[in-house]
Amino acid sequence: MHNEKNKQNFKVVKQLVFAAVMMFGFGYALVPLYNIFCDITGLNGRLDTEAAKVEKLDIDQNRWVTVEFVSSLNADMPWKFRPVVSKMKVRPGEPSKVSYVAKNISNKAITGNAVPSVSPGQAAKYFTKTECFCFTQQELKAGEEKEMPVVFIVDKNLPKRINTVTLSYTFFNSPAAKQEKSVVSMVNK
Amino acid sequence: MSDHKPTGIGRWIFSTNHKDIGTMYLWFSFLMLFIGGGMAMIIRAELYQPGMQLIDPDFFNQMTTLHGLIMVFGVIMPAFVGFANWLVPMMIGAPDMALPRMNNMSFWLLPFAFGTLISTLFMEGSAPNFGWTFYAPLSTTYGPPSTDYFIFGVHLMGISSIMGSINVIVTILNMRAPGMTLMKMPIFVWTWLITAFLLIAVMPVLAGVVTMMLTDRNFGTSFFEAAGGGDPVMFQHVFWFFGHPEVYIMILPSFGIISQIIPTFARKKLFGYSSMVYATASIAILSFIVWAHHMYTVGMPLAGELFFMLATMLIAVPTGVKVFNWVTTMWRGSLTFETPMLFAVAFVILFTIGGFSGLMMSITPVDFQYHDTYFIVAHFHYVLVTGALFAIFAGAYYWLPKWTGNMYDETLGKWHFWISVVSVNVLFFPMHFLGLAGMPRRIPDYALQFSDYNQMASIGGFVFGGIQLLFLYIVIKCIKGGEKASDQVWEGAEGLEFEQLPSPAPFHSFDTPPQVK
Repeated sequence: MHNEKNKQNFKVVKQLVFAAVMMFGFGYALVPLYNIFCDITGLNGRLDTEAAKVEKLDIDQNRWVTVEFVSSLNADMPWKFRPVVSKMKVRPGEPSKVSYVAKNISNKAITGNAVPSVSPGQAAKYFTKTECFCFTQQELKAGEEKEMPVVFIVDKNLPKRINTVTLSYTFFNSPAAKQEKSVVSMVNK
Repeated sequence: MSDHKPTGIGRWIFSTNHKDIGTMYLWFSFLMLFIGGGMAMIIRAELYQPGMQLIDPDFFNQMTTLHGLIMVFGVIMPAFVGFANWLVPMMIGAPDMALPRMNNMSFWLLPFAFGTLISTLFMEGSAPNFGWTFYAPLSTTYGPPSTDYFIFGVHLMGISSIMGSINVIVTILNMRAPGMTLMKMPIFVWTWLITAFLLIAVMPVLAGVVTMMLTDRNFGTSFFEAAGGGDPVMFQHVFWFFGHPEVYIMILPSFGIISQIIPTFARKKLFGYSSMVYATASIAILSFIVWAHHMYTVGMPLAGELFFMLATMLIAVPTGVKVFNWVTTMWRGSLTFETPMLFAVAFVILFTIGGFSGLMMSITPVDFQYHDTYFIVAHFHYVLVTGALFAIFAGAYYWLPKWTGNMYDETLGKWHFWISVVSVNVLFFPMHFLGLAGMPRRIPDYALQFSDYNQMASIGGFVFGGIQLLFLYIVIKCIKGGEKASDQVWEGAEGLEFEQLPSPAPFHSFDTPPQVK
């Protein structure tokens, strides 16, 4: 029974169904869009996941910036993890090296993934790493301890009001453990 | 006009009639009100005193989660769809909704969706216990096995809402009687047109977010898991991108109902019809750009916090326009205070109070104190209970005589109103103080200094919950009989349903389109 009225109705129905499907796609598109927005605006304190290449060094000899080092572990991670030093003073523009030490205290080999973060968030744009254990997965055999270096440069354009930058790493167990973890089952064990 | 109805259970299972489907939505919503309300009674009973007396903390979390899900998705939204189904065709002079068979499926999805959701209480592990906002990773990594059924239920409800909205939009755009231009439509129809667009825009995003949850839980993706490169904060962004328009979806139809009722009992036309339309549309559009005011404390940069604060404050402006217009409609009107008008006036006052607490929280630095305390619990219960739910009560009293042909018992209606309005304030007003004093939300036990106000709230809660049984009695009594209602029902009532249809409205109405002046 497709008379004129029905055709008009179905035309609008098709447009609305199309809109609904597009909005579902938009929901998924928000995932990369979220990252793109952070990249473009420089918000969120994210760092690059690859080594930066530095051609020329441009060092500001008139300024010191304090860099602090913090470490943490995800709940699934049976490792010990700490920085070798907790802070150092650096010249903006000058490559500096620091090490973190990780030890696998469990009885099987575990591969870890370190995720970095810089605070304050505005400083992230001015913090580059030319070498970092966070660029690759790190495997430690049972009981193994390893020293892992990071070489970083604080850009000399770091705003004058920021004098302390904190670099934090969190080690996750990777591949991400997909065990069923319900609070209730943990409580009722 | 024919009044011949199909018979038996098939009349309901296979219905393609907007009035019957509207009735089913409304009864479904009423049933869910008692189920979700029962859960609230359990919550308030446990919170009556400090210490754990009646239930264990995990069950408490299941109650708060299901209470929220049932009230949002099972009471408020279906009730408004029920009103849309009953009223939109009659108000625009159409014989039925544009897609009657899809209308049937839209309704029947809901009992299945909520059957699934409520059955999670009986599943191994527990029912969902992570709050109705189901943030990752609590819901993804640490959610009980029933979470996947919760996701399935949300998918079904979402499909139901999207199909219902498509039906509403097509009906309103294509099936108005000749002479009824858009700016001549009853304001309730406008609010549903706008609400339907909001639903189509954001329910699919909710579907996306729960699908991402499903694949994170079962198919190895890491949308929300930092270990795999994902981000738990992104869950909140995507959820609230849906969530904020959702709360406007839950309130705009109430604005429409109140805008129909106040002019009738003031015997005066709605003040500023076109500004009401534009204000509703502005609220809807603005609702897309304020979502992160639910997330001020996640660690957003200053620029983000400022943007969302200013945009959120801006929404108060068109909302204020509406409140002023309702008051102005009453000004120098010829007022009588039958039950629908009592609920409508209470709505204007109490919804505004809820709006004030919302405005307080829009200010980012002070929200740092209010966030996730009982202050927000007070806010949203004021706007949703004394707001949306009171509008639903008002609309039920207002249109029941048209739907059934019988007047409801006015004395009992007034009892329902007065006991409700007093008890609801005893229930929710103290929560402002609890929040300001620092009581967090979603906790089964609390520090001793919060005892008195919690006890007060619980008493208010028991009375408020109990008196809804009177409302059930009033509705059933009205359906079964009562003083016969005239066609116009109310002296000041205008609109096609009151001017051109008898009471009760016939099973098929406007088989031929009416003339619209």
